[in-house]
Amino acid sequence: MSKFNKIISTAVPLSVENIDTDQIIPARFLKATNRDGFGKNLFRDWRFHKDGSVNDDFILNNDAYFGKILIAGSNFGCGSSREHAAWAIHDYGFKIVVSSFFADIFKGNALNNGILPVQVSEKFLQKLLKTVKNDPKTLILVDLENQLISVEETEYFEKFDINPYKKLCLQNGYDDIDYLVSIKDKIEAYEAKRTTI
Amino acid sequence: MGKTLFDKVWDQHIVTTIENGPQVLYIDKHLIHEVTSPQAFKELENRNISLFRPKQIVATADHNTPTKDQHLPVKDLLSKNQLEQLSENCKKNNIELYGLGHKYNGIVHVIAPELGITQPGMTMVCGDSHTSTHGAFGTIAFGIGTSQVAQVFASQCVITEKPKTMRISVNGSLANGVLPKDVILYIIAKLGTNSGTGYFIEYAGDVFENMTMEGRMTVCNMSIEMGARGGMIAPDETTYKYIIGRKFSPKDEELKNKIQYWESLKTDKNAVFDAEYSFDAEDIAPMITYGTNPGMGIKITETIPSTKNDSFEKSLLYMGFEKGDSLINKPINYVFIGSCTNSRIEDFRVAANYIKGKQKAKNVQALIVPGSQLVAKQIKEEGLQDIFENAGFELRQPGCSACLAMNDDKIPEGEYCVSTSNRNFEGRQGQGSRTLLASPLVAASVAVEGRIVDISKTN
Repeated sequence: MSKFNKIISTAVPLSVENIDTDQIIPARFLKATNRDGFGKNLFRDWRFHKDGSVNDDFILNNDAYFGKILIAGSNFGCGSSREHAAWAIHDYGFKIVVSSFFADIFKGNALNNGILPVQVSEKFLQKLLKTVKNDPKTLILVDLENQLISVEETEYFEKFDINPYKKLCLQNGYDDIDYLVSIKDKIEAYEAKRTTI
Repeated sequence: MGKTLFDKVWDQHIVTTIENGPQVLYIDKHLIHEVTSPQAFKELENRNISLFRPKQIVATADHNTPTKDQHLPVKDLLSKNQLEQLSENCKKNNIELYGLGHKYNGIVHVIAPELGITQPGMTMVCGDSHTSTHGAFGTIAFGIGTSQVAQVFASQCVITEKPKTMRISVNGSLANGVLPKDVILYIIAKLGTNSGTGYFIEYAGDVFENMTMEGRMTVCNMSIEMGARGGMIAPDETTYKYIIGRKFSPKDEELKNKIQYWESLKTDKNAVFDAEYSFDAEDIAPMITYGTNPGMGIKITETIPSTKNDSFEKSLLYMGFEKGDSLINKPINYVFIGSCTNSRIEDFRVAANYIKGKQKAKNVQALIVPGSQLVAKQIKEEGLQDIFENAGFELRQPGCSACLAMNDDKIPEGEYCVSTSNRNFEGRQGQGSRTLLASPLVAASVAVEGRIVDISKTN
């Protein structure tokens, strides 16, 4: 996993609530056996009509909006546990998703793939969405060290929470397998002392 | 302060707590299937790590499998490849696999309970969000992503923060025709699609105490549709009776000891939950959803609410409904009875009991998909197959099928499907499909009438 520190980027505003992982990557694209190449089908059925033609009304198809940050409505990533959703977001080029609320499983999957879920207040989210919609060139700064998200050249900013362990993992590019394998002795000791089950 | 059922099971499984961080939770049973496991096997291979406890893993093929001609080679090459990889990975790593055609094959959340793999007090995970189903046994069971599947392969543990606890109590008696599916759809409609995020739920009260294990599984299955990682019900006599005599169930002395332990798991009287809700059973009626998340549900006789919100309106536009609409008499061309929510024998008994002596409407294509080979066998033995087939329903072979339409079982664009599955997301049952979630009884009535009817009047 690559290391994560500070990102300054333009953003894509997707002001839809309750975006489920079936929208992020529809089930028919889950038949691959590797982690690569899901980006081309990110939001597939919102980006393209059924006949394969481009849906010009969808924000990702508007050339004015691009960047490493996706800003989305509340309860992002609900539904299926498919990690393919995080792979698709990462493969498309997003490194950060900002929302006022994340579904648990998606949040974990994002962190396990070097994507930072930034949870902000609903008020700040609405301000961000509006600012970026009005000016696609708006630069957003996300500073993991200081747990801060701010809109460049404005006074808008907010602090965000992240578990200290997960923060350390992201900053150093570690993942949970490295840690778990390192405590194998403890796991075996736990197994040995169990009396129930 | 006393402990909750959840606390008791959780605390038993903590290997260690990371300083200022999450906990390392030991996993008793790991269920895997063809869609979310291949990348995890590759991850371990790439790191040259062997599987830590292969005997605690059980595999099945369910998500992309065809529900017709399962004895023939799978036509879809991508699905075939995934299934072959699962077989190879299981063989290489000595994992028990109930693959396509095996007498124990079926949907992962149907087979583990019916084989006695799922037991109270355990921790279970699977790369599937509906793993919450197993909570019906007083089990901490939750869905994980593929990176976590790899972690469990490597260490039989996951790293996770301890969720908060919520208790949802429902007391009273349910009216005739109100099924466990209606209870959970009602709860989700009342509390909302993200109300459970960050929580583990305990369902309590006499409605759940009086439910069968099949019903409890339906309820716990949909905990994730509120955002909760899982939902649990305290084990009791109903649980023990269900478990006894199954293939992997404990026997004799071991069973006695385990029941004694399981009895100790009930939430202490003085335990405190982080959130509590309670509902009256009498307020619950047959439910149906009208939107594109499971929280958008109403009693079948109610009208669609007039909520002012862009996402709500986007959802109604997709569904082709208007605020204030009643769904009664809405013509429906597709009915699906199946999925890990409602594909157990009891679900088919309810449907068959209604259908017996009736015919499906001409406009309706009605699909019956059992959750497992064992359920399929029971359907045949109990004479339900004849009832379904005589009424014009199509009985298929087991699998996830039209719940997520990874195989050929898809609902065409723009068509409505009254479905006993768990998700009504846009395109969930096929591109452009429109799903209305309901109980097996409501689904059966729609198939017979060809339109949505008030089941309390027709029953």
